[in-house]
Amino acid sequence: MVETGHFALVLAFALSLVQMLVPLVGARTGNQRLMAVGGPVTVTGFALTALSFAALASAYAGSDFSVASVWENSHSLQPMIYKITGTWGNHEGSMLLWVLILTFFGALVAVFGNNLPASLKANVLAVQGMIGAAFFLFILATSNPFLRLNPAPIEGRDLNPILQDLGLAIHPPMLYLGYVGFSICFSFSVAALIEGRIDASWARWVRPWALVAWMFLTGGIAMGSYWAYYELGWGGFWFWDPVENASFMPWLAGTALLHSAIVMEKRSALKIWTLLLAILTFSLSLLGTFLVRSGVLTSVHAFATDPTRGVFILCILTLFIGGSLALFALRASRLTAGGLFHPISREGALVLNNLFLTTATATVLVGTLYPLALEALTGGKISVGAPFFDLTFGPLMLPLLAIVPFGPLLAWKRGDVIAASQRLMAAFALAIAAVLVTGLFVDGASVFAALGVGLAVWLVAGALTDLAVKSGAGSVPPVVMLRRFAGLPRSVFGTALAHLGLGLTLLGIVGTLCFGTEKILSMHPGETVELSGHTLRFEGLTPQKGPNFTEDRGRFLLLSDGNADGEITSAKRFYPVRQTVTTESGIRTLGLSQLYLSLGDENKDGSVVVRLWWKPLVTLIWGGGLVMMAGAAMSLLDRRLRVGAPAKRRKPAAALASPT
Amino acid sequence: MTRKQKRLSVILAGLAFLGAAAGLTFYALGQKASYFYMPADLATASVPPGQRIRLGGLVEKGTIVRGQGATVAFSVTDKQKSVKVTYTGILPDLFREEQGVITEGAFGPDGVFVADSVLAKHDERYMPKEVADGLKAKGVWQESTSQ
Repeated sequence: MVETGHFALVLAFALSLVQMLVPLVGARTGNQRLMAVGGPVTVTGFALTALSFAALASAYAGSDFSVASVWENSHSLQPMIYKITGTWGNHEGSMLLWVLILTFFGALVAVFGNNLPASLKANVLAVQGMIGAAFFLFILATSNPFLRLNPAPIEGRDLNPILQDLGLAIHPPMLYLGYVGFSICFSFSVAALIEGRIDASWARWVRPWALVAWMFLTGGIAMGSYWAYYELGWGGFWFWDPVENASFMPWLAGTALLHSAIVMEKRSALKIWTLLLAILTFSLSLLGTFLVRSGVLTSVHAFATDPTRGVFILCILTLFIGGSLALFALRASRLTAGGLFHPISREGALVLNNLFLTTATATVLVGTLYPLALEALTGGKISVGAPFFDLTFGPLMLPLLAIVPFGPLLAWKRGDVIAASQRLMAAFALAIAAVLVTGLFVDGASVFAALGVGLAVWLVAGALTDLAVKSGAGSVPPVVMLRRFAGLPRSVFGTALAHLGLGLTLLGIVGTLCFGTEKILSMHPGETVELSGHTLRFEGLTPQKGPNFTEDRGRFLLLSDGNADGEITSAKRFYPVRQTVTTESGIRTLGLSQLYLSLGDENKDGSVVVRLWWKPLVTLIWGGGLVMMAGAAMSLLDRRLRVGAPAKRRKPAAALASPT
Repeated sequence: MTRKQKRLSVILAGLAFLGAAAGLTFYALGQKASYFYMPADLATASVPPGQRIRLGGLVEKGTIVRGQGATVAFSVTDKQKSVKVTYTGILPDLFREEQGVITEGAFGPDGVFVADSVLAKHDERYMPKEVADGLKAKGVWQESTSQ
């Protein structure tokens, strides 16, 4: 089975070479038959990669320690779910997941792209083939997951205990669906450059892919943030760690791309810019892959450091980013530029959005790469953390968030800021009320905190205002309004939901950062502690045994009026195979807020160090992310965005019959 | 304004915006980035009290003192010099004697380094890259400490 997987991977590599060459030549010479090769080859390549991945996963599930990667990252006593997720909880396996998703997206284009112009489809698949070939070669040459050990060890070395968590089942696949999903936008851009032709329908093809990728990237980042929050035991949800930034940069650029693609689709403007953004977004995804997988950064994500891998990915990075930008420089002038427009208009607002988002992306990029560049050039070691990003990223985001509600209310071509402002009066009044209530009635609220809450309420109310205005609130009777509301295009709901989610996330961040409290103390069993109106009693530590670990579990009773009202447990776990200790934090959700408890070391006198946080509204941070995802999903369901030409109906049978 | 002037003013506004953002970024890099030092580096570099830095090295053997509540004092050493550090909070799970750590914080007026975060690598096989590089540069790196 393992060898089957290995052979399948080699075959998939060979097919990716065919995929990158034959359709390209076909498109160049106008040969229909050569172009048509692209589709089946892509689908077969995906099937082979899936087979290869399945082979590796079954080696993991069956604890086949004769495979080096399984031996290094698995253990026979691990629960089955961690055996399986362990498939991508290591460098080799996660790269295989990367190409699996890459070929999956390629196959989707091959299957559902029947209404694309033949040469565009051929070129898109060829570019996908190039990316695939580079990464297949990378895996086979430097990170082969199928290498055998002889003699086979009896027992494995266990998966890194931090990764033994449900988060590993969700975070990496989602993040990769996002990262790699942008490869389709990249391929469409490069294909357009190769063809030297781009029009508004191009944006209609690219936007759904960007939406899908953006949706998963949002989910992947939110999930990663929540995972770090509960697993690391530090109580933080975002650390401005370079690895986090690596996923955040494509998200920012991808958000800009989503917005500029709307302008291109609706107004046929910003064509060249949209194309460049698509290239940049995927380039940032590649950069992220390089930062995380090459070992230049020390983090939980950098599994093993091997310099040849870093150099190899750097070459891939240079080839694709340099190649696509060079092509852009050569060909962009041939593309017809779009129309001009009035600055005060929907498209003007979207341009402003792009200006802010791309500048913010650039500051994150500088903050992430500067320490690496400095170390490479001078050997000096610095770290750029929250203080840097608070000063640079913050001032860019605040004005952007403040103008978000105006965008959807401005008309295309020529908008009326005064009319939009009048419509937003109610939302503005709500926001001011929120600022006043927070400032006057909430203890310990700073001016900054009150304004933060106001901004979040402004975003939420603004999103709802957009829906209300478009349903005709105030000008038509309620019955008509309800009917109009139900009949609004799904993309209008999508926009409103995404902006509303943004407001919720902001509210969660402001609530946690400005109104959160914490205590660090050492507690004896029986002692109580009070934090922000919640009383906890420490019941003591009890040793327990798990499948592949032992733990000291601390029990805390949540008291209300002297009676127990639930409990929180936090544990210190010891994994003997890796000789590693981890902290399992204890979290209790109360409404939208959470009590977060983390167990420290035991003192000589029998007391235990305990760190306790009260995190008001913290769940909104990730809840807002889910709402943003729902917004993206809603937009995807919009009739006008159905992949392909809107007028033409695809025969569903044709799509299903393909051999995937 | 003519169309051309309008366009020009939009472009100029955009450039001014980008310039401001770039200026802020470089200001922030100068002010808000924290430099990494090993104890022996501190003899030559003058780090004023209150300036945030990252201090890395090995936790010196026999120096861990648990004080009142959750405060811990220990020394960070690079086998040439050592620096006293205090930290209030929960130490990372892999914090122990002779383990490579990176602490972040600032010197107090009494010359004791007050850390607000302590990082130890979450894997028993490796030490923080900065610390390993620093020890290698000082010639006190032993392959055995890394494995």
